[in-house]
Amino acid sequence: MQRHFDQELKTLKEKLLKMAALTEGAIRLSIEALKNKDKELAKGVIKADSEIDKIELEIEEKSIELLATRQPVAIDLRFLTTGMKINSELERIADLAVNVCQRVFQIADQPLVKPLIDIPKLADLARQMVKETIDAFVNKDKALAKKVILSDSQADKLRNAVYYELVDDYIVKDGSCGPRAVPLILISRHLERICDHATYIAEDTIYMIDAKIVKHHPEKLKNNKENQQ
Amino acid sequence: MAENIRIEVKDVNFYYGKKSALQNVSMDIKKNKITAIIGPSGCGKSTLIRLFNRMNELIPNTRLEGRINLDGKNIYSSKIDVVEVRRRIGMVFQKPNPFPKSIFENVAYGLRVNGIKERKYIAAKVEKSLKNAAIWEEVKDRLSDNALGLSGGQQQRLCIARALAVEPEVLLMDEPCSALDPTSTRKIEELILDLKKKYTIVIVTHNMQQAARIADYTAFFMLGDLIEYDVTDKIFTRPSKKVTEDYITGRFG
Repeated sequence: MQRHFDQELKTLKEKLLKMAALTEGAIRLSIEALKNKDKELAKGVIKADSEIDKIELEIEEKSIELLATRQPVAIDLRFLTTGMKINSELERIADLAVNVCQRVFQIADQPLVKPLIDIPKLADLARQMVKETIDAFVNKDKALAKKVILSDSQADKLRNAVYYELVDDYIVKDGSCGPRAVPLILISRHLERICDHATYIAEDTIYMIDAKIVKHHPEKLKNNKENQQ
Repeated sequence: MAENIRIEVKDVNFYYGKKSALQNVSMDIKKNKITAIIGPSGCGKSTLIRLFNRMNELIPNTRLEGRINLDGKNIYSSKIDVVEVRRRIGMVFQKPNPFPKSIFENVAYGLRVNGIKERKYIAAKVEKSLKNAAIWEEVKDRLSDNALGLSGGQQQRLCIARALAVEPEVLLMDEPCSALDPTSTRKIEELILDLKKKYTIVIVTHNMQQAARIADYTAFFMLGDLIEYDVTDKIFTRPSKKVTEDYITGRFG
């Protein structure tokens, strides 16, 4: 039986997809701005964030309304609650893309302390994880969600590599390069946090599909043969 | 039999004439818990709870196979007194059905039928039952008034008091709130939650949210089959059968 509620859920999902597309775009552009030290582009990303904030509120309000009026259960309940969490995660990711752009202003007008090697790798990983986690949510793809979760340790490694290289090889040896090195450390931190939020979305997606909470329980992910397929 | 089980349903089949109403139903009803029975009309849920106090026997041409045990004893055994079964397993119906008597006499009725004559004892029991049914404060000054003058919600609580007066162990409720407004419904639900400390409660309801709000366990029936029976939280967040999910989310039918 076709329900009116299905139409409302579909509309909500479309809004989430729009939010996801805008967030993905914000990351892509912030990375481009970073790689090219492009202040104009960075400014555009910062300005566009208000649109993402607006959609976030719309999704939140609509979700609360549907919870109150439809009192959903089972898959409907899991979709709505997961959607609300993913909505917040996407908004945080977009904010982090803004943070990256703000750092671009700090590094744009002076020579780089060193050539960027690990940061572009981390940026590409962040972008890929966000894209894949959104695809996993949209297509209810457990295997892809699991891949995203397992990619997170790679992000941690890259962030640590950036941090130790800049601290040990630059800041410790020559304190005067601090103002140019610290923004890069912060950028690696922002990018790594983007990967974390992509991971949370993947965990929520698995809950939505399977009703299994894998958050804080990585062993559940490993022992679950279904997820390994 | 496990300590915490009040009613055991074992391989029950039930027929109205040749028509099968329940097929191979087996389930345990846990002590001091609220068990909700849900399912579309004609799924056998009322038939099942009417079997628990042998009310289907009053309908001609019916047949029961299997066993229903109360505290490990078959309630359909020839050695068991049906009046005693109905004292131990009380029932509250969909429409409040007070007798056209005073409020006091409605509650005292079951005691008198059971041969109790001592006035003081009866008065104390009536008061206690009305208090347990959360209606004492509303009726204590007009116990001799006709019960039919009460509101629907009050009448239903009076019927619950009447059922409690004979000290049952199990309380069966067949859609007890379907004829009540939301305020009365809320009062009855609060009451049911209080009552489970002393009684085992089985409630048939068409109101899914009601099952979700008050039941510890929920059983989903369809066309006489027990499809899924689990803790309520699981049924309403992650049911294991697709057909249960379709029913509770309203995709079905």
